[in-house]
Amino acid sequence: MLKQIEGSRAMAEAIALCRPEIICAYPITPQTHIVEGVGALVRDGTLQNCEFINVESEFAALSVAIGASAAGARAYTATASQGLLFMAEAVYNASGLGLPIVMTLGNRAIGAPINIWNDHSEAMSMRDAGWMQLFAETNQEAVDLHIQAFKLAEEMSMPVMVCVDGFILTHAVERVDIPQQEDVDTYLPPYEPVQVLDPADPISIGAMVGPEAFTEVRFLQHYKQQQALSLIPVLADEFEDLFGRRSGGLLRTYKTEDAELIVVAMGSVCGTIKDTIDELREEGFLIGLVTLISYRPFPVDQLRDALAEAEHIVVVEKSVSVGMGGPLANDIDLALRNMAHPPRLHSAVAGLGGRPITKNSLADLFRQSLVQPWEGTHFLDLNERIVARNIHRSRKVRRSGPIAENLIRQMATEN
Amino acid sequence: MEKDNPMTSETTPGDGVQKLHFYQKGTFTVGNRLVSSDERSVQSSIDRSNALTCGHRACQGCGEALGARYAIDTAMEAAGGNLIAVNATGCLEVFTTPYPESAWQLPWLHSLFGNAAAVATGVAAAMRVKGRREVRVVAQGGDGGTTDIGLQCLSGMFERNDDVLYICYDNEGYMNTGVQRSSATPPAARTATTPVLGDEPGNVFGTGKSVPKIAVAHEIPYVATATVADLRDLEAKVKKAMSIHGARYIQIDVPCPLGWGAASHETIHLARLAVETGFYPIFEAEHGRVTSVRKIRHQVPVTEYLKLQKRFAHLFKGDKVDPRVARLQARCDANIAEYGLLDAA
Repeated sequence: MLKQIEGSRAMAEAIALCRPEIICAYPITPQTHIVEGVGALVRDGTLQNCEFINVESEFAALSVAIGASAAGARAYTATASQGLLFMAEAVYNASGLGLPIVMTLGNRAIGAPINIWNDHSEAMSMRDAGWMQLFAETNQEAVDLHIQAFKLAEEMSMPVMVCVDGFILTHAVERVDIPQQEDVDTYLPPYEPVQVLDPADPISIGAMVGPEAFTEVRFLQHYKQQQALSLIPVLADEFEDLFGRRSGGLLRTYKTEDAELIVVAMGSVCGTIKDTIDELREEGFLIGLVTLISYRPFPVDQLRDALAEAEHIVVVEKSVSVGMGGPLANDIDLALRNMAHPPRLHSAVAGLGGRPITKNSLADLFRQSLVQPWEGTHFLDLNERIVARNIHRSRKVRRSGPIAENLIRQMATEN
Repeated sequence: MEKDNPMTSETTPGDGVQKLHFYQKGTFTVGNRLVSSDERSVQSSIDRSNALTCGHRACQGCGEALGARYAIDTAMEAAGGNLIAVNATGCLEVFTTPYPESAWQLPWLHSLFGNAAAVATGVAAAMRVKGRREVRVVAQGGDGGTTDIGLQCLSGMFERNDDVLYICYDNEGYMNTGVQRSSATPPAARTATTPVLGDEPGNVFGTGKSVPKIAVAHEIPYVATATVADLRDLEAKVKKAMSIHGARYIQIDVPCPLGWGAASHETIHLARLAVETGFYPIFEAEHGRVTSVRKIRHQVPVTEYLKLQKRFAHLFKGDKVDPRVARLQARCDANIAEYGLLDAA
């Protein structure tokens, strides 16, 4: 059913259609509207046979989900930013125990300095935690990915994060097609756990494993994610057959066939990038886009196929690994490795802490990569003057004070 | 040989009847089967579940293994075998489940150090939503996993009144990691992080917390302290806790021979002295009010308790009596006064 609806509310309706049995809620901006929405659907009886539990922290939220999932219930929670970091220990635990929990991330920056706006820092911080990570481009895809995520998680017995850009998707009111319950029921069968706590068949879950088998346990996790690379496109195909639209999969290409430059990005920024591409193509710039949906598992072969014919790759990403550069660019580099004539890779970090990524800045970036390529990581729209002043000042003064406050003060006094 | 045969030696007919001494008769030991069936302990029954069975790797004289065995078997009986246990990281987890072995004969889940209460909440919620209300849930952990790192999850489980019985095996320190101080470590006790060095050797006075009191402050349906020195009382408290739905908390004093520096055969003795000195008050509370206490018949001086443990040995070095012994005695006296553990003579 078509609705003009807030992204969070649409996701809440989609999650309810998946018939979760346990929902753990702890508020953190910008994911709050999602759990509020599902909570209301439990209260008003739309979502039956579901326990909505208000917990005391994100660490407890995921821990309750772990207990529920191990006891055979379909478990869901949502978080963002600091919340994901606060539950980090449980994030690794849930995947290590092979529990198919689905969690939404309303992607948000990590402090300090505290910042509630969108980037992908927190998702990247858990990229090695053994969860599958799917990034939604639009609110429609956010809705659809949740339905696919429960099926993916339960078929692989492995948890899934659905990553949706905070505010840009969670708070945007758009037209979304909310699926019908009977279709979701057809697509997503009831959860049949591979291991479960049951007094009729007592097993111990979470025993200690030493050096003799730990490598094998981790290998099998890695192997499972490699297997998921085959399953994710199948689930997207099945979804398309039933719901009549394409959502999910490993990646999506846009005008890449003849492109000499291909942009790689994840999440909602891909819409802006596509608009930029359309305008640049009118100038004769042969440019295309690869939208990466599945960040974990990372589709190395599919990326290599998609990028092989290009001369230049520009990775635009909303996170930075301090001291290294762009983590997505680093991963894309892996996909280009061992190619006979690999395209030149350009890394750009953009949109940190909610900074708008504009078409003008993107167009300049893409043009610059051809005529004036840069080494290392480029920070899009960096205020170089204010950075230089801060570097200069902190060199002169030992007790130069907190960086964030100094920058803000400089900006204020300059105007 | 022949002359020793009672059938051929010169005996009176009465001597031919073997004189049996029923040494259990008239006693109240936990294994006694010569009492009426309703007075028998769970552990004396051949039908006990052996939920924590033999073969685990606990130290000799481990109070935690003993406490867990009695507590979980009693909970198993009360639940008719429909019990799921969630375990915090710690000694109990490590010594019972070295991969690929498990000493648990009930469904058992270990997740993390600080989240046992929350995981148990999840299990209980799953059982409710699955319509399996007959299945009960216990969470268990040591004092570190309960009073320190797990306190937030524990408090959350309490205030939501989730249907979980949380059992804390309190051995007054982080024994699994090598005897470090926890917030349940008593003052003056030597641990690896409160060494016998400096002006104030051992654990500092004026620190620590009572989680049973914190539990009572949550006004949950049932809170109790118990001891491995009184296993019948422990069983009774677990049984009572299992008769109630909602959040319940039992904290059991479980001496640790390794961490306390005590002989392994002294575990029960030490636990008893902890009660009789007033060091470890034994009480029950319901909905925020203390409802019963275990009285002390004769108060034992705290030195008798302290002197059996190397963790307090520094208090008894040299000729002078360390003034902190008096402070520990005052602590016991305060417990006795607060809970009314001694009847007026």
